[in-house]
Amino acid sequence: MHIVVCIKQVPDTKNVRIDPDTHTLVRQGVESIINPFDLFAVEAGLQLKDKLGATVTAVTMGPPQAGDALRDTLSLGVDDAVLLSDRAFAGSDTWATATTLSAAIRKIGDVDLVICGKQAVDGDTAQVGPEMAALLDFPYATYVKSMQKLDERHFKVTRQTDEGVEVWKVPLPMLITVIKEMGEPRVPSLRHKMRAKKAEIPVWGAADLGLDPNSVGLCGSFTQVVRVFSPPRRTNRIQLSGTVQEQAEQLYRHLKQAKVPGI
Amino acid sequence: VGTGPAADIAAYSGVWVFAEWRSGTIHKVSHELLSAGRVLANKRGVPLAAVLLGHRLDDAISEELISYGADVVYVVDHPELAGFRDDTYANILVELIRRKRPEILLAGATSIGRSFIPRVAASVRTGLTADCTDLDISEDGLLLQTRPAFGGNVMATIVCPNSRPQMATVRPKVMKPVPVPGHKGSVELVTAPEEWLRSRVEVLEVIPEADKTAKLTEADVIVSGGRGLRKPENFKLLEDLAGLLNGAVGASRGAVEEGWIAPSHQVGQTGRTVAPILYMAVGLAGAIQHVVGMQGSRIIVAVNRDPQAPIFDVASFGVVADLFEFVPEFIKRIRTERGESS
Ligand SMILES: Cc1cc2nc3c(=O)[nH]c(=O)nc-3n(C[C@H](O)[C@H](O)[C@H](O)COP(=O)(O)OP(=O)(O)OC[C@H]3O[C@@H](n4cnc5c(N)ncnc54)[C@H](O)[C@@H]3O)c2cc1C
Ligand SMILES: Cc1cc2nc3c(=O)[nH]c(=O)nc-3n(C[C@H](O)[C@H](O)[C@H](O)COP(=O)(O)OP(=O)(O)OC[C@H]3O[C@@H](n4cnc5c(N)ncnc54)[C@H](O)[C@@H]3O)c2cc1C
Repeated sequence: MHIVVCIKQVPDTKNVRIDPDTHTLVRQGVESIINPFDLFAVEAGLQLKDKLGATVTAVTMGPPQAGDALRDTLSLGVDDAVLLSDRAFAGSDTWATATTLSAAIRKIGDVDLVICGKQAVDGDTAQVGPEMAALLDFPYATYVKSMQKLDERHFKVTRQTDEGVEVWKVPLPMLITVIKEMGEPRVPSLRHKMRAKKAEIPVWGAADLGLDPNSVGLCGSFTQVVRVFSPPRRTNRIQLSGTVQEQAEQLYRHLKQAKVPGI
Repeated sequence: VGTGPAADIAAYSGVWVFAEWRSGTIHKVSHELLSAGRVLANKRGVPLAAVLLGHRLDDAISEELISYGADVVYVVDHPELAGFRDDTYANILVELIRRKRPEILLAGATSIGRSFIPRVAASVRTGLTADCTDLDISEDGLLLQTRPAFGGNVMATIVCPNSRPQMATVRPKVMKPVPVPGHKGSVELVTAPEEWLRSRVEVLEVIPEADKTAKLTEADVIVSGGRGLRKPENFKLLEDLAGLLNGAVGASRGAVEEGWIAPSHQVGQTGRTVAPILYMAVGLAGAIQHVVGMQGSRIIVAVNRDPQAPIFDVASFGVVADLFEFVPEFIKRIRTERGESS
């Protein structure tokens, strides 16, 4: 069985701010991390490998330094890694990202299972997985919390929805996006760390993927970000004061005035 | 920015809302989207349509959609659509778009909308903006889609200039549902050819969460607790308060990690995203990973004994107090008003 895990290197979002003068993202001093949901995706791949025997390949599209994120997955036990990097990929929306990633999966060939995180914590769209599945014409399941093999060609997946839990039978090849319940990430082992340090990570560009540079990156994107700005602050915060009885009274009145149901 | 094969933009007209039907009822977000869609359709001078997929859909459901402003309801009723599956739902919506060519399509950013709408967008080769909190339209018909990104630290306005439809998922509970009394509309039944209904997925089991407190994403009131609660039994206090307000109990990861409450209650980046009318954050610090999951709430009350706690930065009302003193007092206040003894 061949598993591809898609990982994204993201800025540690708690420090991301908009520069009030230039209206652009302040990236300075912001550390890069592997998208937290993608660590659950890596763990899911490695657990299947432990249980069923599988080859796990990690793929990322990003600037050259995204190779570091791939090396981190190798130290967790991932078998191979591929970096998709090309100036032509810059400015991709989710459609262009899905176009590039799905081309890479076709080039890797004979992939049975693609695992993505539920969403990336920077773009926050949760669209790349399902869009990629559409382009690959794979069946897919989102918000997967566990999966089991039923037979050579089918898996049983359990997904968390707004209402509860659904259990689906899905044929391979398929794509899933995973949530935390899939498994807490393991720690890197010394053996894998040594291998990761020496590993050669191939870099594929648009030409390697047989993609027209105009069909990827900013040129290949349908959506366009026209403005970024800081969210409006809740400047109208009301600090209550007095004894707890007085605060309870004030809060009650405010909530009643705001017509909160139940009050 | 790229041009889709749907570049014949002038051929696309009308605003569509995907009406989310779940075993008998219409999700509230569909009312909200029809109201937002009504405004856009009026500005454009085009009709507003609702698309309703499901099984055993009676007329009352279409009437309900019309009463929120739909001019026409496209109904596809088939046993294969009784339960949600990404592929059947997407195939049908794609075919309808190809036949009727709407210029705008809105859907709820629910677990259903966020699963299958990206497949629809990719299949018709157009852009999709995720989880919008504001929509507007320019004079030349460009949908201005505003959404939070980077965990809510950044807002972005996004357009889809060269392909159609312009598609967006919209966060529940952000737009206001506005009924249009006396509004008239028509219903058009669409027969789905078998090939639209073919699925590779077999639904083996659907297990609704019986525990009503787990229905976090639907609740109008959420009372969440953190590490400040100190032990599992103390969550009873929050359950009492939530119960009085017909709400649900949420939690920070801190409390979940301590094992005081089940992970399904966790709010935040690795938990649920919620946007109730009232969110009470009790004895939790307000770490950014928590805040991203609840900052869309209309009113946020923070109860914390540390005046420097970051939760106060996002609060509408701040209560600096010991929660074990304040919460019982607040419960008492509600009970007094109702004439109940405490
Ligand atoms: C402020 C802002 C707002 C944006 N809004 C939109 C929007 O509404 N619509 C839109 O189409 N684009 C949008 N974009 C662009 C979007 O962020 C990028 O296309 C990004 O490459 C992928 O989207 P995401 O980060 O939301 O990933 P998601 O779709 O949330 O990621 C889901 C999963 O896909 C995989 N994945 C995602 N990206 C990669 C990658 N580069 N390499 C490997 N695996 C990956 C991972 O497994 C990840 O967990 C926005 C960008 C910005 C800066
Ligand atoms: C990748 C990642 C993802 C994460 N995802 C999430 C997530 O989804 N959701 C989430 O919540 N966290 C998440 N976290 C964890 C987050 O960073 C915080 O560690 C966590 O939210 C802290 O929980 P807490 O506020 O309950 O605990 P603490 O930080 O310990 O805060 C307890 C608060 O209670 C107050 N308090 C104590 N006693 C009382 C009292 N008697 N009366 C009143 N106030 C009192 C204290 O003043 C303090 O502010 C994530 C972290 C990471 C790294």
